[in-house]
Amino acid sequence: MRIAAGRNDVAHQGIAGFVQTISQAGDLVFAIFFLAVSLFLLARLGGQAELVKRTGTVAQPAFWPTVAVALMTGFAVPAPHRFSGVSAGRGALGGGETLDSIRQIRALVHDLYLDGCPAARLGYLPSSIVFPALLAFRLGYRAPRKLGFAAASGVTVVVLFKSLLQVKVPGGAIYETLPDAMRAFMLTYF
Amino acid sequence: MEAFVSGLILLARWEVLAALAVGSVGGVIIGAIPGVGAAVAIAILLPATFSLEPLVGFTILLGIYGSSMYGGALPAILINTPGPAVNAFTTYDGYPMTRRGEARRALTLAYTASFFGGVFAIACLTLLSPLLALVAPHFGSREIFLAALLGIILVVLAHRGRVFAAGMLCAFGIFLNTVGLEPVKYTRRFTFDQTWLAGGIDLIVVVLGLFAISQAFMLMADKDNTPHPQPVSGSLLSGLGEILGFQADCGGGFGLRRHDGMIPGVGEFTAQFMSYTYARKTSKKPDEFGKGSPEGLTASEAANNAVPGAAMIPLLALGIPGEALTAMMLSVFYVHNVIPGPRLFQNQLDFVYALYVAMLLLNVIVIAFLLFSTNLLTRIIRIPTRFLGMIILTLSFVGVYSLRNSATDCAVASVFGIFGLVLKRLDLPIVPIVLGMVLGGTMEVRLPLVHGAGQTPLDFVDRPVSAILAALVVVVIAAHVRTLIREHRTCLAESGRDIHDTQSR
Repeated sequence: MRIAAGRNDVAHQGIAGFVQTISQAGDLVFAIFFLAVSLFLLARLGGQAELVKRTGTVAQPAFWPTVAVALMTGFAVPAPHRFSGVSAGRGALGGGETLDSIRQIRALVHDLYLDGCPAARLGYLPSSIVFPALLAFRLGYRAPRKLGFAAASGVTVVVLFKSLLQVKVPGGAIYETLPDAMRAFMLTYF
Repeated sequence: MEAFVSGLILLARWEVLAALAVGSVGGVIIGAIPGVGAAVAIAILLPATFSLEPLVGFTILLGIYGSSMYGGALPAILINTPGPAVNAFTTYDGYPMTRRGEARRALTLAYTASFFGGVFAIACLTLLSPLLALVAPHFGSREIFLAALLGIILVVLAHRGRVFAAGMLCAFGIFLNTVGLEPVKYTRRFTFDQTWLAGGIDLIVVVLGLFAISQAFMLMADKDNTPHPQPVSGSLLSGLGEILGFQADCGGGFGLRRHDGMIPGVGEFTAQFMSYTYARKTSKKPDEFGKGSPEGLTASEAANNAVPGAAMIPLLALGIPGEALTAMMLSVFYVHNVIPGPRLFQNQLDFVYALYVAMLLLNVIVIAFLLFSTNLLTRIIRIPTRFLGMIILTLSFVGVYSLRNSATDCAVASVFGIFGLVLKRLDLPIVPIVLGMVLGGTMEVRLPLVHGAGQTPLDFVDRPVSAILAALVVVVIAAHVRTLIREHRTCLAESGRDIHDTQSR
């Protein structure tokens, strides 16, 4: 039993070690991933980029995608060998830390869509106040002053982009409930 | 002269002058905040400038571009953290001077060196313009194609030690540009039957994702930190004349930086490294470099500000951006149907001169602003890291959404934001993707025109300018191969290892 347990430990350590190695070698994982994407695109080249009759080679719609995908693959094939340890020597973070960051960001982006999608119906100004305040809360700021600053930054964004620079952003459905004069003003400037 | 006066008239409008002031002051503030930088600010503001007229929009972006490096010197000197990455060399000598109690002197030297660097580059650019206008008619499709090809090769080779990564990312940029409905034969390319891909992948969405959203993610995922620069005592006006004692260092910086800025794709670090090394070689006190040498500080700062002027040469004369910031500016030109290139110098020289004078004025505005408001800036830049990330993210999504009011664009920008975050974390370059998209598009448009006109491949090089450009392509590749062989031999001789040094270092 003990031997079996020992074997399991070794196996576990082996797998954990392998995962850790892969996780730390973020550049290697990236290189392999990029190579896989390049090979996938290369395999789909025939179906995704057409050759047109009575057209010269360089004018073919498929010419530049072919050049691009061939170059991607050409540079990606030796990349796993070349990459390994390159970024580590430059003080870059390993794959583990990168994955941690991506996990955090994924949670933030998820919140962003949960908060942002319904808020988009609220209109530019209300959503620009709510979204930064909620995001600041999600980032760990609890002080009313900080949350107030976040909301104020949203108002500044609206004033800068829509009121001053007249960027085209549609008004929210909630603006329709406002009195006529107010509605026109809000739709134009906020 | 007539074109110059006409340019001044174009500039003498309140909208343009207001844009210049806002861009210049905004650029200084943005440059002074560690973790933002001109690339993020320009990416965010791009969609907003589309609604403005070309000169106004371009002046804002130019103001930010030209002034952010001034602002970047402030945190580099006071808290040992460069604003934009290009101010990294400023920390070498600026921060030790602050620790010695010479913060005021370091800031004055940095500001004045930056000013002289910027003005010198613009003066050269202005003097060069008639020559460019003369050469411009000799630039046809084949010359522009070859210049774009040279740009792509330089972008890849300039990332020393990461050539394979830069190559595959640049090719990825070329690929991204081909996705969607192609405009000549109306066939779909790599759309995978997805309607949202039929319109292609917008350059601005990619730029906002890779530069702004990824930076917001970086800041939000990072440890929360608030910079606390100490206020500077005394007037900055008192040391303005000291720069004149460092003419040689500034001169070297101007020259090297100007040349490097003109060459598409040459990394800013490479250029600044060259200028700093030159100053150290020619200095009487080389040992003081890196320990608070005023000469080192002036060399790096003078070099910094010479680049925006120089980078305008390939952008305006050929429509070839030399770096990511000018690639973003190129999109503003295209949106307003102002096509930079030889014809711009032939037909709209006044517009070109107006831009030069705007660049000159921004240097004056910025140095005047900085001399009186440095202490105010030290208070403004005290923004916590994560809070800053939140503001950048909000601004980025507003920017993306305002392009076409499309939630899909926001999703695509988020994907590129995460991709940019991965690249930044792995210390892989982002710029080749953007330049691949822009220069790949230029080459795709130009190559069929060249091919249609010529009978044999040698017709490509039957004109003097195209022959020079083709020769440059060959020389650049040959020089790189030669360097690789030499490094390989040195490696073998030193350690007996069979490792491709450029790639493994």
